[in-house]
Amino acid sequence: MTTTTRPSGSSFVNIGERTNITGSAAFKKLILAGDYARAVEVARQQVENGAQIIDVNMDEGLLDSLHAMTTFLKLIAAEPDIARVPVMIDSSKWSVIEAGLKCVPGKPIVNSISMKEGEAPFLAHARLCRDYGAAVVVMAFDEQGQADTRLRKVEICKRAYKLLTEDGFPPEDIIFDANIFAVATGIEEHDRYALDFIEAVAEIRAACPHVHCSGGLSNLSFSFRGNEVVRRAMHSVFLFHAIPAGLDMAIVNAGQLDVYDAIDPVLRDACEDVILMRRPYVEGEETATERLIALAESYKGKDAAQEKAAEEWRGWDVVRRLEHALVKGIDMHVVDDTELARAAIEARGGRPIEVIEGPLMAGMNTVGDLFGSGKMFLPQVVKSARVMKKAVAHLIPFIEAEKLALGTEGARAKGKIIMATVKGDVHDIGKNIVGVVLQCNGYEVIDLGVMVPWSKILEVARAEDADIIGLSGLITPSLDEMVTVAEEMNRAGFTIPLLIGGATTSRVHTALRIDPAYDGPVVHVLDASRAVGVASQLLSDTQAEGFITDTAAEYDHIREVRAGKGQSALLSLADARANGFVADMSQKAPPPLQPGIHTFADWDLADLAECFDWTPFFRAWELAGNYPAILDDTVVGESARALFADAQAMLKTIIAEKWLTARAVCGIWACHRDGDDVVLAEGEQRIAFLRQQIAKREGRANMCLADFIDPAGDWIGGFAVGIHGIEPHLERFRAGHDDYSDILLKALADRFAEALAERLHAHVRTTLWGYAPGEQLSNEALIREKYRGIRPAPGYPACPDHSLKPALFDLLNAGENAGLVLTESCAMLPTAAVSGFYFGHPEAAYFGVARIGQDQLEDYAGRRGIDLPVATRWLRPNLD
Amino acid sequence: MTPSPARAALLAQAAKRILITDGAFGTEIQNWKLVEADYAGTLGLKADQKGNNDILVLTKPEVIEAIHRAYFEAGADIAETNTFSANTISQADYAAEHLVDEINLASARLARRIADEYSARDGRPRFVAGAIGPTNKTLSLSPDVNDPGYREIDWDHLVGVYQQQAAALIKGGADFILIETVFDTLNAKAGIMAVRRLEAELGREVPIMLSMTLTDLSGRNLSGHTVEAFWHAVRHARPVTIGLNCSFGAAQLRPHVQSLSAVADTLIMVYPNAGLPNELGEYDEMPATTAGLVGEWAERGQVNILGGCCGSTPAHIAAMAKGVAGLPPRRLPVLESVTRLAGLEPFIMAGD
Repeated sequence: MTTTTRPSGSSFVNIGERTNITGSAAFKKLILAGDYARAVEVARQQVENGAQIIDVNMDEGLLDSLHAMTTFLKLIAAEPDIARVPVMIDSSKWSVIEAGLKCVPGKPIVNSISMKEGEAPFLAHARLCRDYGAAVVVMAFDEQGQADTRLRKVEICKRAYKLLTEDGFPPEDIIFDANIFAVATGIEEHDRYALDFIEAVAEIRAACPHVHCSGGLSNLSFSFRGNEVVRRAMHSVFLFHAIPAGLDMAIVNAGQLDVYDAIDPVLRDACEDVILMRRPYVEGEETATERLIALAESYKGKDAAQEKAAEEWRGWDVVRRLEHALVKGIDMHVVDDTELARAAIEARGGRPIEVIEGPLMAGMNTVGDLFGSGKMFLPQVVKSARVMKKAVAHLIPFIEAEKLALGTEGARAKGKIIMATVKGDVHDIGKNIVGVVLQCNGYEVIDLGVMVPWSKILEVARAEDADIIGLSGLITPSLDEMVTVAEEMNRAGFTIPLLIGGATTSRVHTALRIDPAYDGPVVHVLDASRAVGVASQLLSDTQAEGFITDTAAEYDHIREVRAGKGQSALLSLADARANGFVADMSQKAPPPLQPGIHTFADWDLADLAECFDWTPFFRAWELAGNYPAILDDTVVGESARALFADAQAMLKTIIAEKWLTARAVCGIWACHRDGDDVVLAEGEQRIAFLRQQIAKREGRANMCLADFIDPAGDWIGGFAVGIHGIEPHLERFRAGHDDYSDILLKALADRFAEALAERLHAHVRTTLWGYAPGEQLSNEALIREKYRGIRPAPGYPACPDHSLKPALFDLLNAGENAGLVLTESCAMLPTAAVSGFYFGHPEAAYFGVARIGQDQLEDYAGRRGIDLPVATRWLRPNLD
Repeated sequence: MTPSPARAALLAQAAKRILITDGAFGTEIQNWKLVEADYAGTLGLKADQKGNNDILVLTKPEVIEAIHRAYFEAGADIAETNTFSANTISQADYAAEHLVDEINLASARLARRIADEYSARDGRPRFVAGAIGPTNKTLSLSPDVNDPGYREIDWDHLVGVYQQQAAALIKGGADFILIETVFDTLNAKAGIMAVRRLEAELGREVPIMLSMTLTDLSGRNLSGHTVEAFWHAVRHARPVTIGLNCSFGAAQLRPHVQSLSAVADTLIMVYPNAGLPNELGEYDEMPATTAGLVGEWAERGQVNILGGCCGSTPAHIAAMAKGVAGLPPRRLPVLESVTRLAGLEPFIMAGD
């Protein structure tokens, strides 16, 4: 019923291992028998099951490996369904690898090369890989042998990195395999193998910028051959700890991994003891290995079925149970219940789709009604959607099978809606919420993810015969990108409705800029709760015409009003400057105690959680009200309390299990003011600011951030903070069809980023700059900005140009120091991030630049050294 | 390895303005209404030569010279040698394999001489791109539908064929090796390997230009690669230009030029056909129309070098040169250091 396409950039990569002859007995049998046709099917299945890269290995003594490798690679090259993903050419023989490289047209990965035979052959192979256009896996293997300790792993990888990069090999094309060995073998020297690997990965990622780390997982659990439950648990636990350490790809059978949280806690604990060496050896006591071996016995031949909690509603009939689970958002039994309902319907000759059309839709209709009438709020809706998704995911194979058998079509959704966060933008919480709400109401949503170029949006819309396109964006450059999408839709002859949503979008912008660019209907959607109403009217046979005409008339009116009057007059730039703010420079902040750059690699998460500003968190879920009063609100209080409890629980886990890493960098530099620019003493770096130009009442200044800096010499600061490590967890939630946890985690990560900005600013005021050493403010006072000095962020009202970020990032070296990167629209990655400038003057205050004139635009472009069209693009929201 | 001064010179020019490469040779040669005797000359070859355009540099050099001059007069900065099929695989059809060295050497020398003559006139540098076609064989597809694992040629053979041609072109004075009309990405990768070997032999850099051709409107070449996957697969060549040629007209190439322009951190060179052929296989798009279409890319800052392919004439090139004069060239994007892999589709592994 729903399709979710993830963006192609992804931080943990599953490499399919079923076409590896050393790992798959079935594949080996096929190849040895020369049955290449069926061997190709194995590759196809892997890609269909989500392998993002396929590993091909033909190392087998009984085989002409070179011939088998080239034959198989040529055959899969002829299969577009398989050849669409990159290949990993895997062999211990260079001759086999090179023969493979001559058959692969894309950019593959070679697995592997090493310094086993010394530096010269290693470099020779690396150069050839480069000339063939391949990335390489480098094994932690040198002249002395395979690295087994953390120290050796790190030392060998660092040496290889230095050799390769000094030879001009691109660091991003290096993947280290630091050797995963078997643990719980009963040999004491092997006990540290897993932990050594995990620690080595963290060190390698830190010491070798841009590289990746990979490993073959099946070795780890070699001692438990035949006991799949234990092996799966070990692999999941291992990945759970290795991924945050920096393992970002692994050769793994993705279908055979358990969800960490779903593993029997006793088994999980025992695996963790072994993998992380958590039980120190004590004479006479059972060791971790012995305990896991003993425990493993009890899982032999069994699956980890758990006793179900017998609750009252569990005694009801299955249809009622499904409805209840949906309305209450309980996902624990939904797959079992869905299966029961399906089997019952099948038994009386019905079709699997009837489960959806019957109990599931009934439940979702109730949810939709409650939401529509304001009795239920977004967090619960999203939870209900999670239940629905899991049920539908279970039914899809049956529906597909039926379609194949009967050639019939399933129930048609109310409409098909393409959703995308536009190119250059990475924010998707709001879009995801809208998507969930629409799905709950029977629409098919095709979510293209974030940073989606217009060509992709149009391509999918056309291929899927979509009914509506919905665009989302949070940062101001996205407004322009939305205009581009609208123009391209027009050019391509689209007529379907275009919905616009997201924090910076507005009815006025939609009317003035987007609507005129597209001949079809364009509608601005204020928030998620309006999405269903808009979609249903647009797709209704009877209401569509009226709704479209009304909306168009409304936008016409907005345009007329704007064209006519209603705009306050602008001063000339010269007059605005003459009316600038005059700060008392005798009050300016003293020189900093610790000038220069300061980095913070891992700020304590517990410390940050203490200074969360929760109000925006509730706003993200469309619950209106201020924290903590919102918890007792008569209307949304109950919903807010439930959400808050879930958030607190997740917060606790995030901190306890260290899901996230908070990184920050700040700097304070000598500077002076020059007109509306601030010039840094070092390197003559110039930061250009904008000035308010709207005519002010007597006595009010036309503000510019530069007004807070002394022309005779002063100081300015900058900072950037980011919350890292969210991807593997989101990945896990997505795999479990769990939008609720996905959105919850993202919203919490945003809070961490804001809290880090707050804490860092306080540290700067009291210690690093030190102009307010004795400052003691409560969290409420901090939130109300009762401190001295400000931290305006590029892209926000006082400093609306996002394109100041590259210069700020350069000053801070934010890429290396805080791991932050910018998209082409200057959105920050990771998404939970904040950056800005520090002004220390006591009179420094926030303001909005608002509308500026052509004279300032031209002046600003000149000061920035950028072309007028470029400046126009970045400042569009501030122009007429 | 000695770096190539031509790469630096081309980049310097491209930083100032949008450059122009030349247009089609085939259409122009047709205007001369040449007959078999003109093609064959006195070479005494066993097979008919009519249609072997590349051999004209030996038998009717004045024709090739006149066409190069016409394109320089029209405003071209770059001359592409008339050597699209001058490799032993394609020349075998004309029983002229043994003349491959001679054809390439003569073509490169001719283009070099005229380019230098025009540079000397006005001081504006002119460049020679030694053109290497894809051959009519493919490394990644089987010509036999019943045997998808079969290949007509192998990698090592094709690398040898390309290296021979590239060596003669460079010896004759070409500044760049232009691997063009890439319908099979693996053929292009063999071309890159050939140039790498030539560099090792010569001890100096031989800069590569790469140009892909699309076979369907969704933006894939014959071997199935999308524009971005192609870029990932050849980025190791450190090409001085990457782009698209032939395929369709400029109107159909538009979205693909835009996507390539956004992802490639090197110069973008596009030389489309003059529209789509009519029912008779003729191109009738007017110069002003083509120039208008490619001019749109220039205005959007998506291209660095423009020119023409099938059906284009000196008039088309002159109209383009006039249309883009004074427009700012595309600026090269700075890419993140992320791992760019490719199957038929691109795959990006995000960094940390």
